[in-house]
Amino acid sequence: MLQIENLHATVGGKEILKGLTLTVSAGEVHAIMGPNGAGKSTLSYVLGGRPGYEVTQGSATLDGQDLLALEPHERAAAGLFLGFQYPVEIPGVSFVQFLREAANAQRKQRGEEPLSGGEFLKLAKEKAALLRLDMDMLKRPVNVGFSGGEKKRAEMVQMGILDPSFAVLDETDSGLDIDALRVVGEGINAIMRKPDKAVLLITHYQRLLDYVKPDAVHVLAGGRIVKSGGPELALELEEQGYEAVA
Amino acid sequence: MSEALAHPTTHDEAWRYADGDWLAKADPVQLSHWHEHEVPAGETERGFALVEPHEGSKVDRLRVHVGAHARYEHFVINAGALYTRCELDVVLEQGAHFELGGVILGGGEARAEIVTRVVHAPEATSNQVVRAVQWGRSVGNFLGRIEIPRDSQQVDAAQNFKAILLEAGASANAKPELEIYADDVKAAHGAAIGALDQTAAFYMASRGIAPEAARRLLVRAFIADAFVSVKHEEMRDDLLEQALHYLEGAAL
Repeated sequence: MLQIENLHATVGGKEILKGLTLTVSAGEVHAIMGPNGAGKSTLSYVLGGRPGYEVTQGSATLDGQDLLALEPHERAAAGLFLGFQYPVEIPGVSFVQFLREAANAQRKQRGEEPLSGGEFLKLAKEKAALLRLDMDMLKRPVNVGFSGGEKKRAEMVQMGILDPSFAVLDETDSGLDIDALRVVGEGINAIMRKPDKAVLLITHYQRLLDYVKPDAVHVLAGGRIVKSGGPELALELEEQGYEAVA
Repeated sequence: MSEALAHPTTHDEAWRYADGDWLAKADPVQLSHWHEHEVPAGETERGFALVEPHEGSKVDRLRVHVGAHARYEHFVINAGALYTRCELDVVLEQGAHFELGGVILGGGEARAEIVTRVVHAPEATSNQVVRAVQWGRSVGNFLGRIEIPRDSQQVDAAQNFKAILLEAGASANAKPELEIYADDVKAAHGAAIGALDQTAAFYMASRGIAPEAARRLLVRAFIADAFVSVKHEEMRDDLLEQALHYLEGAAL
């Protein structure tokens, strides 16, 4: 499903990704762990196409489609979803307005009919309930005045509404208390644990993996994958640290 | 106030950002002409002004006298393509209120201004919000003067100007002036000039919203500040859509 080959990328002229290779198949959840500065967030931004993150070598494809040749909004329509570590506040634009615009923009790019106001609200209500986020919060400006945990749950509501085929979730577990962590974990499973979907979870900690069981765990250090293994690798990392394991 | 300046030049402080070449050739009668408006004591009135791109260079000057405990609201969209100046001279009697919502949108060689002078009697209040969106080589200016004479206690006056520059080459100028002689008053002003929020634009793109649509949403939210005080929702949306209509020519 997602295939990354020998990916090199620079930020501000500095090389951060140095030959990253990774394959995630449909139906799988892969976790990427690694120390600060290893390039975890850079990987998510490069896949999303954030301006300023320049690919100098290598390739990344989603279902055979060259992601790097697409504009960021086209990548979303192609099925990619980026869960932000720090979701962005947009004063003056309500979540409902923002998400309906986004959902219909994606549908339009895929040649599908737009959702009516009623259809969209029904979908939004269903996903908000799944993540236990009060529907009234979606009438407020995007992420403005949301707590850290509410922002992360709102990210998952967005994922539920946009229904991507591949999600890159960048430290979705940071800023969550134990209860919110469980709700978010169950949300990820409900939305993305399907045979035709896959997830790349970027995380520092084992605890989210208690709820979202990974099929594979990779250690990212120095801009490349230095070790891969099964779920037990995450436990090993948690106990012994990155330096001992990788 | 300005009758003495029968023929202003850019050496005059109040005209420092004007188009000097046009001023030199302009008809002095038109330049010194003021429209007059009276709001009777206790009444509430609302005014709208629109300058469209096809209009030539011009100066519109309006003097409003707002009676005791009356309220005057003025909303202006200046989308002129050349030199266009919308000027308001407001005198507030005791307990009167003045509300201004202004939007400047311009590209190309546009030089658009909103200029205000508000004189406050005791207990008078005023609130001015102006937003400018510039592209091309255009210039958006807000010159706002707040006057609070010696005996005008309990005045509350605020003005806020923000500009977004969509392209390098566009610019904006803010010239707040506070002349305060009373001691028991509140007066606030703020000004900020910046680019469109690229982080927000990428966040929107990551959800599938194309750059033009993202820019439109962000600009809509930005200029909406100027119309927050319009209580009637439909009227507020109309004003926003009208203003956004002039954004179509903007390049990104």
